[in-house]
Amino acid sequence: MNKHDSKGIPHTTPRQSATFTQDINSDIRRAAATGIYDIRGGGAKRKVPSFDDLLFMGASISRYPLEGYREKCETNVTIGGLNASNPIELDIPITIAGMSFGALSGPAKEALGRGASAAGTSTTTGDGGMTPEERGHSNKLVYQYLPSRYGMNPDDLRKADAIEIVVGQGAKPGGGGMLLGQKISDRVAEMRNLPKGIDQRSACRHPDWTGPDDLEIKILELREITGWKVPIYVKVAGARPYYDTTLAIKAGADAVVLDGMQGGTAATQDVFIEHVGQPTLAIVRPAVQALQDLGMHRKVQLILSGGIRSGADVAKAMALGADAVAIGTAALIALGDNDPKWEKEYNELGTTAGAYDDWHEGQDPAGITTQDPELMKRFDPIEGGRRLSNYLKVMTLEAQTIARACGKNHLHNLEPEDLVALTMEAAAMAKVPLAGTDWYPGKPNTSY
Amino acid sequence: MCGIVGLFLKDKSLEPKLGEMLTSMLITMTDRGPDSAGIAIYSGESKGRTKMTVQSDDPENAFDGLDKALGKAIGGTVKMSVKSTHAILDIPEGTTSAARAALEEMNCGLRVMSCGDSLEIFKEVGLPKDVAARFDISSMSGSHGIGHTRMATESAVTTMGAHPFNTGDDQCLVHNGSLSNHNSLRRRLRREGIHIETENDTEVGAAYLTWQMQNGATLGEALESSLNDLDGFFTFVVGTKDGFGVVRDPIACKPAVMAETDQYVAFGSEYRALVDLPGIEDARVWEPEPATVYFWSHNDAPTSTEKAA
Amino acid sequence: MQTIDLTEVGLRETNQTLHAQADNTNQTEWEIVNPRGSHAIACGLNAPIEVTVKGSTGYYCAGMNQQATVNIQGSAGPGTGENIMSGKIVIEGDASQYLGATGHGGLIVVKGNASSRCGISMKGVNIVVQGNIGHMSAFMGQSGNLVVCGDAGDALGDSCYEAQFFVQGSVKSLGADCERKEMRDEHLTLLQGLLDEAGIDADPNNFTRYGSARTLYNFDVDNAGAY
Repeated sequence: MNKHDSKGIPHTTPRQSATFTQDINSDIRRAAATGIYDIRGGGAKRKVPSFDDLLFMGASISRYPLEGYREKCETNVTIGGLNASNPIELDIPITIAGMSFGALSGPAKEALGRGASAAGTSTTTGDGGMTPEERGHSNKLVYQYLPSRYGMNPDDLRKADAIEIVVGQGAKPGGGGMLLGQKISDRVAEMRNLPKGIDQRSACRHPDWTGPDDLEIKILELREITGWKVPIYVKVAGARPYYDTTLAIKAGADAVVLDGMQGGTAATQDVFIEHVGQPTLAIVRPAVQALQDLGMHRKVQLILSGGIRSGADVAKAMALGADAVAIGTAALIALGDNDPKWEKEYNELGTTAGAYDDWHEGQDPAGITTQDPELMKRFDPIEGGRRLSNYLKVMTLEAQTIARACGKNHLHNLEPEDLVALTMEAAAMAKVPLAGTDWYPGKPNTSY
Repeated sequence: MCGIVGLFLKDKSLEPKLGEMLTSMLITMTDRGPDSAGIAIYSGESKGRTKMTVQSDDPENAFDGLDKALGKAIGGTVKMSVKSTHAILDIPEGTTSAARAALEEMNCGLRVMSCGDSLEIFKEVGLPKDVAARFDISSMSGSHGIGHTRMATESAVTTMGAHPFNTGDDQCLVHNGSLSNHNSLRRRLRREGIHIETENDTEVGAAYLTWQMQNGATLGEALESSLNDLDGFFTFVVGTKDGFGVVRDPIACKPAVMAETDQYVAFGSEYRALVDLPGIEDARVWEPEPATVYFWSHNDAPTSTEKAA
Repeated sequence: MQTIDLTEVGLRETNQTLHAQADNTNQTEWEIVNPRGSHAIACGLNAPIEVTVKGSTGYYCAGMNQQATVNIQGSAGPGTGENIMSGKIVIEGDASQYLGATGHGGLIVVKGNASSRCGISMKGVNIVVQGNIGHMSAFMGQSGNLVVCGDAGDALGDSCYEAQFFVQGSVKSLGADCERKEMRDEHLTLLQGLLDEAGIDADPNNFTRYGSARTLYNFDVDNAGAY
């Protein structure tokens, strides 16, 4: 490029707009060319305040740590003991979140069941019903009861170890779903009573109830059908966590699943994923406050999800008051989703390993988020299950390591007071002090 | 999110049993709203007199000598009957504004629950059966009444957050649902000089109707325009001196059942609430249509200003 | 005939008694008295028994029904027969909103009127209503048949898939992507069969068929207003 024009006057350096970035401009061009909003899978990709902004203080002289290999740090959790005669007993407080057959292949669902069972935890169905593969390979299976009721079947309901009434999902609070036609294979179509190859639209509200007063009656019906045996969870998006947790409890839930905006989805509008909902870090304390205000903390369990990746995240979630966490995206990555070994094929799809999110298109090179028989063959459910159980065990060991360092003989004894925050944002959201201070924004009886 | 009941009597012989019937209906709706309960009863109108129902958290002190003090302040006779935390003040016709001002001046922490010639509103935090017992609702007679049980969604569980809301003299409103534009509407109504006490969405709905009617709309017209200006989900039941009305939002997914016989018109959020009414087996039972205003009046030939719908 | 007084026995025991009936039970006739609008009566049944409810019911009566025949001798509350798989539900009075929501199979007959969202998201159930139905009926209906001998309210069949609707009276308005369809012989035969099964005397030739125009099956920006 010429540094000067013909008269010798220097050019300014080309400067990209911070408003109209290359990313934004490509979005605009894409919209103009297609006339449809961008639909994708996964959760929020934008940077939001997260558990990374929190640290544990550990123990030294004022607190005494536990010895790593001799002194026990328990990890078990019981979910749903309030009303169910058969509550769910888990060895570890890390569960597998609801992901549908349809979004995932049958073998991928099988692998989730194998991995979770080996690690002593539960897995969850998704929109589209329960497959024999996942029931067969899951010791503890939570059956999702969704607005669409695709594949909803009382026989399966009675086979479930718990029922999760899905009101909302962190990626899209208040929204339904859209599974584009490419993935509606014969089997998916049959399970969902839909013609093959058409777009599948999922409703945003349940078809036969609205609001907490009706939810209470819906919970009664599900309990009557299942003989009051299994726990009933209510899953809500991180929208208005204090009120939503309060109302789920008032309606009679045994457990509340709370999903922050980093939580994934099989497919929804990008604008929804990135612009609606609250970060996982921001929703824990209000939900725990609601539980405490009703005297239900640790009686009704809080399962937190949305961007949980490591044992540190597990420990932080529990310190802030959660009873357990659920993982979805992380479990898929453990199975092999977005693995760089498929880089060439990701490139051919116009993306790169780590960024692939067009799960709804069914062309997943890793053979996980697809219904294409050829691609599915690439994925071995036994090996996938092994990888998942390894990962779950590592997360558990990591969480135990932290808990022992804080002097705890059980993960659920972690407390907010074990944490400090690195940023003002995290301090405010988690209501833990900014590191090196005794203060967080909004702390009662202080001003700033 | 709540339970609503309403009863409009056509047969005068049932009037002594109004409170008893409404109480039973209200208690049946406890599951839908265990946080607080309230009831509006229309009864006992007397010539030349009007009523105010006031509430206090410290009734023993607040109501002690209140009748005399208020009578002195407004220059007329005030008769008071106390029911638990509420007192019904029987005051001379046309002195409502003066009485409001005087109560404000006395600064004794009283809250005005309702004003009107025949309307009395009783509401408190607690289970419907306890609230009804506290005010001995079942012993009350009247021509029509509305009751409400509340499961609070976002605003606080307080006496003032309980329904019914008094919207204007002899008018009240209860709500099941959740309004989604109440914050901006509250700001707008406050700018218009409408007094709104709480952060409750229903109070905004009530204040909206009051504002419309202050600007010349009939209740029916105000309800019609609420369909345009209120966003979200709602079933409203409103009471007036002569009757009661029902309107549901255009989506109409919150439950509503009505029953009519020669003796009464009844409203319930669920059919359960109606099962003990006399002759219910042979009543006409139906669900009100969305975005449609229904109204029943004792007044056979309402004047243009009273005309509701 | 076994009689259960719901006010004395209670809901949980009543349902558990009915659930305990096996395919080969010899106690096939049951009567529930004093329902008083209670919720979840006779839900989750899975045996070829006949249950008669003497009075009106609340939410979700006969929800998720399999095999059983449930006769409601009164009016039925919201979500009656939701997600029914098989068997038959007969409502002598009126049905509230969400009747047969997401039902996968079986037959629901209403002798009176049905309210709004009748057959919402239906997935194979057949519903026959002798009277009228309310607004948003068969919203997102996937498969099955909704027969209305009276009139249909606003937005019939909005966003429907392959469910079809037969209406004898008027339709206040059709929902997005729902259109009038030709009534061919196979439809007349189907309709006659449904009316016979429901025990309703009506002439299939007086009905009009409606179903999906299939313009929303694959996203097209020119239909964006319908989303």
